[in-house]
Amino acid sequence: MRAFISSVYLFLYAPIALVVLFSFNAGRNASEFSGFSTAWYGKALGNSFLVSALQNSLMIAFTSAALAAVFGTMAALGMERLGPRMRALFDALLAAAIVVPGVVIGIATLVALVALFSFVNPALASLWPGERPPQLGLGYGSIIAAHGLFSMALVTMIVKARIASLGRDIVEASSDLYATPLTTFRLIVLPQILPSILAGFLLAFTFSFDDFIIAFFVAGSKTTLPIYVFASIRRGVTPEINAIATMVLAASLALILSARLLIREKKSKSGE
Amino acid sequence: MTAALVAPAAAWLVVFLVLPFVAMLVFAFGERAPEGGYQPAFTFAQFANLPTRATAFWNTLMLAPAGALLCLLVAYPTAYYLAVKANPRFRLILVSLVVVPFWTSLLVRTYAWMYILGSRGIPNLLSMIGIEDVRLLNTPGAVLLGIVYGYLPLMIMPIYVSLEKLDRRLLEASADLGAKPASTFFGVTLPLSLPGVMTGVALVTILLLGEYLIPQLLGGGKVFFIGNALVDLFLQSRNWPFGSAIAVTLVAVVVVVLMVAMRIAWKVAGTRQVDLV
Repeated sequence: MRAFISSVYLFLYAPIALVVLFSFNAGRNASEFSGFSTAWYGKALGNSFLVSALQNSLMIAFTSAALAAVFGTMAALGMERLGPRMRALFDALLAAAIVVPGVVIGIATLVALVALFSFVNPALASLWPGERPPQLGLGYGSIIAAHGLFSMALVTMIVKARIASLGRDIVEASSDLYATPLTTFRLIVLPQILPSILAGFLLAFTFSFDDFIIAFFVAGSKTTLPIYVFASIRRGVTPEINAIATMVLAASLALILSARLLIREKKSKSGE
Repeated sequence: MTAALVAPAAAWLVVFLVLPFVAMLVFAFGERAPEGGYQPAFTFAQFANLPTRATAFWNTLMLAPAGALLCLLVAYPTAYYLAVKANPRFRLILVSLVVVPFWTSLLVRTYAWMYILGSRGIPNLLSMIGIEDVRLLNTPGAVLLGIVYGYLPLMIMPIYVSLEKLDRRLLEASADLGAKPASTFFGVTLPLSLPGVMTGVALVTILLLGEYLIPQLLGGGKVFFIGNALVDLFLQSRNWPFGSAIAVTLVAVVVVVLMVAMRIAWKVAGTRQVDLV
């Protein structure tokens, strides 16, 4: 049993470790380590296409996760007071947003937006007083919208679970002591659900930062980091990709570990 | 107040989930415009055309459940160890170590195997000891390996949760009544962990049905899934109505898998309750 478990962990981590190791390889071969070097990192960070793809990914991940955190939390708070039918419908839509394959979300968003633009753009052109009317198109906005869908469902689920575990009694105590609903929210509810909101934000950020397939469909002419990495892999495997992959891994690792710490802190505080 | 809280999320769900689905459904009954894209029509031609992509459906419908079952074979003993055998002091760290890879880039993790199985990796090592011309990449085996690697954490977690919740007194009772460890496992532990197993298998199968990256990178166009056919139809040959018809069919398959899984889960949960009472 022990040997089996050890080999499972080896299986999970050895490939990642290999990529990290060979990102510091002076040579190009994956089978021999010919000396330590950080040259590939220098090469990767000197690549302006890569840096701009990274900036796009960070901006998209931050915006979609922030919107998801705000709207998802609001939804989790409001859903408590919905009627059973509306609540079931809402639950079903949230589950659908999580369970429908990314490739389908990407296609559906692409198709819907292109259909919408084919109506809106001519209308804009005829109404626009100036010479060059603005053209709506695929880009940052469509990626943020599509990522936001999954992220918002994720945040709602996490925060809702936290609210369900909250004791009703302190909320009632607070209103018995003449606190307004807003004060109760600010002083009692918010501090208790804040760690789960932050955890949801971080998970949403990680999801968006790592997503390839949805962005691949709706990015238009824009490039995100996973799209850039995918394109470079297809041009040929090079140690430079190892360096980029290592940086991506380090970033998501930092994010997911913070998220897990937040969720754990929340659990130990509530005495679970 | 409630309406204002729920409104943004509801609007988002309608505009970016419900309406896109309606649009996709409409496209699926349309025709391909001569220059690519979509032109309005009402025809079942796209659905009649589905058999031309039978290979993609066949590969997906064979390899997705096969991959999920392989995952299960590795995941169950791991989850069992974590929940029952592991030292409680290290349990949290060990569980975290399983979860963390799932939240790191699937692209990067799949790429790692491309690197290992590719010509500069294991085949190169083998040629040094005289074994030449080994092909590992771009085979169904490579795709299955990538699937197990990518989705193992997602299979382990629900099984671990159901095993962790298991009432230890039932195991003691079984042993006190003279059951051997093996019959306690097959008579008590395994049936009680079935909901977790069902959740894991259903979750992994559903995500695999829409997989694109793993067959693309490790199957190299030789082992392709529905996801690969969809990317080809939308981004290369620009046959949007046919692509939409395939996507609608994919969603239907997902719904069927989900319903079957829920059916079985209910049955399992139902009998468990009867047993306990």
